[in-house]
Amino acid sequence: MRQFYIFVRKEFLHIFRDGRSILILLLMPVVQIILFGFALTNEVKNVKVAIMDPSRDAATTMITERLTAGEYFSPYMMVSTEKDSDALLKRGEVSLILSYSERFRERLMHTGSARLGLTADGTDPNMASSIILYASSIIRSAELEISGKIFNSGGVAIPNVRLLYNPQMKSSYNFVPGVMGLILMLICAMMTSISIVREKETGTMEVLLVSPVRPIFLILSKAVPYFVLSMVNLTTILFLSVFLLGVPVTGSLFWLVIVSLVFIFVSLSMGLLISSIASTQVAAMLISGLVLMMPVMLLSGMIYPISNMPDILQVIAQFIPAKWYIEAVRKLMIQGLPLNSVLTELSVLLVMAAIYLTASLRSFKDRLQ
Amino acid sequence: MNSHLENNIKPVIYVENLTKIFGKFTAVNSISFEVNKGEIFGFLGANGAGKTTAMKMLCGLLKPTSGRGFVAGFDISKEPERVKASIGYMSQRFSLYDDLRVWENFRLFGGIYGLKEREISETTERMLHELGFTQERNTMVKSLPAGWKQKLAFSVAIIHNPGIVFLDEPTGGVDPKARRQFWELIYGAAERGITIFVTTHYMDEAEYCSRISIMKDGTIDALDTPANLKLKYGVKSMDEVFYQLASSKG
Amino acid sequence: MFRFLLEKEFKQIVRNRFLPKLILVYPVVMMVLMPWAANLDVKDIRLCVVDNDNSSYSRALTQKASGSEYFSEAIYKESFSEAISTIERGESDIILEIPLDFEKDLVNGVNRELSISSNAVDGMRGSIAASYLASVVNEFSAELMESKIVNRGSSSVVSSAMPASSAMPSSIEIVSLSKFNPSMDYKLFMVPGLIVIIITIIGGFLPALNIVSEKEAGTIEQINVTPVRKITFIFSKLIPYWVIGFIILTNTLILAKVLYGIVPVGSIFEFYILSFLFLIVVSGLGLVISNNSRTMQQAMFVMFFFMLVMILMSGLFTPVSSMPVWAQVINSINPMKYFTEIMRMVFLKGSGLADLYKHIFIMFGFAGAFSLWAVLSYRKNS
Repeated sequence: MRQFYIFVRKEFLHIFRDGRSILILLLMPVVQIILFGFALTNEVKNVKVAIMDPSRDAATTMITERLTAGEYFSPYMMVSTEKDSDALLKRGEVSLILSYSERFRERLMHTGSARLGLTADGTDPNMASSIILYASSIIRSAELEISGKIFNSGGVAIPNVRLLYNPQMKSSYNFVPGVMGLILMLICAMMTSISIVREKETGTMEVLLVSPVRPIFLILSKAVPYFVLSMVNLTTILFLSVFLLGVPVTGSLFWLVIVSLVFIFVSLSMGLLISSIASTQVAAMLISGLVLMMPVMLLSGMIYPISNMPDILQVIAQFIPAKWYIEAVRKLMIQGLPLNSVLTELSVLLVMAAIYLTASLRSFKDRLQ
Repeated sequence: MNSHLENNIKPVIYVENLTKIFGKFTAVNSISFEVNKGEIFGFLGANGAGKTTAMKMLCGLLKPTSGRGFVAGFDISKEPERVKASIGYMSQRFSLYDDLRVWENFRLFGGIYGLKEREISETTERMLHELGFTQERNTMVKSLPAGWKQKLAFSVAIIHNPGIVFLDEPTGGVDPKARRQFWELIYGAAERGITIFVTTHYMDEAEYCSRISIMKDGTIDALDTPANLKLKYGVKSMDEVFYQLASSKG
Repeated sequence: MFRFLLEKEFKQIVRNRFLPKLILVYPVVMMVLMPWAANLDVKDIRLCVVDNDNSSYSRALTQKASGSEYFSEAIYKESFSEAISTIERGESDIILEIPLDFEKDLVNGVNRELSISSNAVDGMRGSIAASYLASVVNEFSAELMESKIVNRGSSSVVSSAMPASSAMPSSIEIVSLSKFNPSMDYKLFMVPGLIVIIITIIGGFLPALNIVSEKEAGTIEQINVTPVRKITFIFSKLIPYWVIGFIILTNTLILAKVLYGIVPVGSIFEFYILSFLFLIVVSGLGLVISNNSRTMQQAMFVMFFFMLVMILMSGLFTPVSSMPVWAQVINSINPMKYFTEIMRMVFLKGSGLADLYKHIFIMFGFAGAFSLWAVLSYRKNS
């Protein structure tokens, strides 16, 4: 046990000697939380609008004012020809063109119908549909005032919309669980595998292996510092998301930590497995960086909903530990559901932990013989 | 690039009060010496005595904190790149490219030193022949045994026929037979007029040098021919000279 | 001497066990997988209906929702709490609850509220789904109104097949249009961004590991003691990655065409020239990091950090215009932001050099700055 303690201390010294890496490890979750919490949002906000208004009457002025009054849209430029407005859209200087027909108010009053065009930059299809939805509803409510024609006929269905779990539509609610999965995976799998392969590459592994310490302790001593580091990061993420982003832990904190621990074990054993496959640091980095991180970002449901994917990818996603972890965190943390709703996720993670751990220990033994 | 800029009157290496300080640690403390053309100059000392630091300054890899040094007539602090053009260097790690073949290493370094395509291939063939490596010209360096890599690294270091070659503990990690063969190579180069500056901590190798200096804690404690040093300390071998120096003053 | 160094770099890359495979396979895997996985289309929303009325109106409304392109076939639950648990189990995305006496009240000219509850853990998805459902309800009301006007009070069932022309009975006709991507295809949006990611990862990570690996092997010392010029050495390191970048660009271009039928609307020439400028920028950044690192692990980490921040803020995933001012200020020094814009402009909008001159100017600046920095950060002596 004393030897084990000495080895663990040696690993900590290794990590702390490289100040830059440790700084990045500790900073990464903070920066991600800040970015996801404050900078990355799909909200319709500050959308620049080019306005083509040949009639310039009371009605068009009012609609334009209403549209650009809130924080959603901001007027960028008045244009007089379609060519000008198209050029602005093409150069990406505006994302929406609002164009009125000629003699807008006159037509509205006399013929009872006037045309108004909304042309959005459809490069990003979701943004485009959101922009058009928002703009249309603002214009509709302005219209009611203009014509003074309020529904008096009655007998309509009025939708009353509630957004469950995240009424303010914060994107951080969606991203926090993803960031947790990504960071824990990164530290445990990538760091552990690189640090073991590094010893293989420099030849110090052989020196350690001839020492009287049992190989299993040797490997565990490599994993301990990264385990501690992950716990530090987990705490940072939870702390920042609760106090900085205001994303509450609505469910049980205890079970959230337990599920995270299980996930950390899965990641650590994946790191061990990679270290026994890879023989050079570059290989370990590429395997963990590209083969591990990319699927986590893409197929775990962190950013992109799994239900949107073709069947084959949905099947592959089931084998990604982070998918189960992120789902469990969403349920426990954001939706505030009780433990029994994440039993499936928890047991899948446990089974994965068992499989990866056995596989990595076995391959480690094989290598020794 | 011509490499014979040194003239015969001045020493090829001239060092005066050369000092290197890292933070609070003085690695090399005001050393002064000269090396003449054609000499095999042994630079001895225990690990951490400052040998490698001193040598790196002479090669233009490290900037001196103070003092002056001239190598092949060029100031090491002001014209390190011109110094580099006139010297060869071989590190203790035999730093060849492992993933290049034997002839490709010759070609690369020949090219870097500005040799013509024909000069490179001629020199390569001659050197491979001298080493008895003609069979290995297409072998990847990583699959060569250490003793072979060492000889190869030396040949690559002198492919451009430099006036001086610096060898940093060139015989570490190879067997006694290979060490003997390596010294034969060094003698061969010295006979062709190349000045050899070699660090080592093998005392038997010190006997092969024309003159040696012994460094301790950043200063040069002794500098003379091996015979004179043995005489001075009244002992029979360089081992004993070194031991006496090491155990004198703390 | 440049030729010899260049030759050496190419041989080392080609002989590496991983790199050639990575360079050829990675873009293919990404191009095949990513556009399918990276899909933020809000389609096939799973609707759960709690129909407390069970009338012809309520059935017509549900049918209308199920029949629209956004929603998949609805599932039915007896109570709201049962419906909520389908969301909790991840079986549905949105609940439509129709109150008792819905039809009766509507026929009698009384407005009734319908409740729409959308799972908004993913805020954007949740709100888009909710507004789709709300617009279905609005259309339903509008059709109901029209049929009332036509039939003067008759309570005939609204046909779901009725054309959904104008939304509410209104006098302003809104004609909406999405330019550059009229079919609203998410892949068309994603593929140019994907090329940006691939170029950044390969063109940035490989140089970042290069010089530092020579440091770990000790060969850099052997180079430093030669009279090689800094600029010669650095460019012999950079050029192979530019060549690799060109191969990858060509591969991705072919894959985009073959797999998704996506071709740049703008000119191929612009595509290559601007991508080349970006390659200079990322490979320069990679070498700067490599020059300043002691171990490969460190280089990898620093690169990973910068790349993550750059990619996330580039506008690939969320629009730059929605970011707060401070983030936009930081973003003005993010080369990826400009390159993402460029790629989308060239691919989707067919913007020409006249539209892109600002971007080109900025990219030239970045390319020059990063190359210079790469040369300066390489130290032959310390």
